[in-house]
Amino acid sequence: MHLDWNAFTPWASLAGGLTIGAATALYVLGVGRIAGIAGILAGALRSVRRGQGAGNAVSWAFLIGLALAPWAWRLAAPLPAIRIDVGVAGLIGAGLLVGVGVRLGNGCTSGHGVCGLSRLSLRSLVNVLAFMAAGALTVFAMRHLATAA
Amino acid sequence: MAPLLALVSGLLFGIGLIAGGMTDPARIKAFLDVAGAWDPSLALVMGGAVAVGLVAFARARRQRQAWAGGAIALPVSSTIDARLMVGGVLFGIGWGWAGFCPGPAWVAMASGSGAALWFVAAMLAGMLLHDQVWPAMSRLKSQRQGFMTTDR
Repeated sequence: MHLDWNAFTPWASLAGGLTIGAATALYVLGVGRIAGIAGILAGALRSVRRGQGAGNAVSWAFLIGLALAPWAWRLAAPLPAIRIDVGVAGLIGAGLLVGVGVRLGNGCTSGHGVCGLSRLSLRSLVNVLAFMAAGALTVFAMRHLATAA
Repeated sequence: MAPLLALVSGLLFGIGLIAGGMTDPARIKAFLDVAGAWDPSLALVMGGAVAVGLVAFARARRQRQAWAGGAIALPVSSTIDARLMVGGVLFGIGWGWAGFCPGPAWVAMASGSGAALWFVAAMLAGMLLHDQVWPAMSRLKSQRQGFMTTDR
């Protein structure tokens, strides 16, 4: 293990994190809800299925705001690159796993990660440790076992 | 009022993800690659967000109502079970595989990434699979076996 100093962006990432924290604060104090994106997506999906999109206006508004972010960013600066190293089959397989996993575990990097850790929830910490460990092992298997074999 | 606040919150959240470098799957993988060239940036994004979140949720517990009116709904479950852990593991495998989690994938898709669109479509299908198809299948199975469930 060695730290990649060229890639590490401490100040930009800290600023990004503080901004995400501010968004989370606004959502819980202003709207009264948890800014967990898996949960918000599932809620929006549920409202479509039941044909009552307007019944979940808050979730939709959050998702629209999220979708506007890259366009707002482009007004000021070019977007950072989106570098993907898996094909369409990988994207679909990974997407399915993420979709099932966040519903089973009831949250993702935002719901359990940001919000759960902020609430000092042991339940969320357990989920975060599980997905961090599984993510690290997956990358390890893909990068270091595949090439060694 | 609530939808407007939600819109601003979503916009801020997305800006934070982009600024923090989290919409680039290569950087997520570089964080998870502890055995290779490690990029700890994600930890600072998480740390910064939790630092503000700690204050916000401490306040939320004492605040009677949301600014837009209505109750503040905080999660009540503290159950630690296999479901929670298996869910986390499946999510983590997908996260490490593609380098996307739900929020950044949604932002990348909206910015025009076709690859992110594939991921998001599959993720929504996975959510539907969990929320709709599995419960329906287990109902069907229990009916075939002759167990009439009384909960519906």
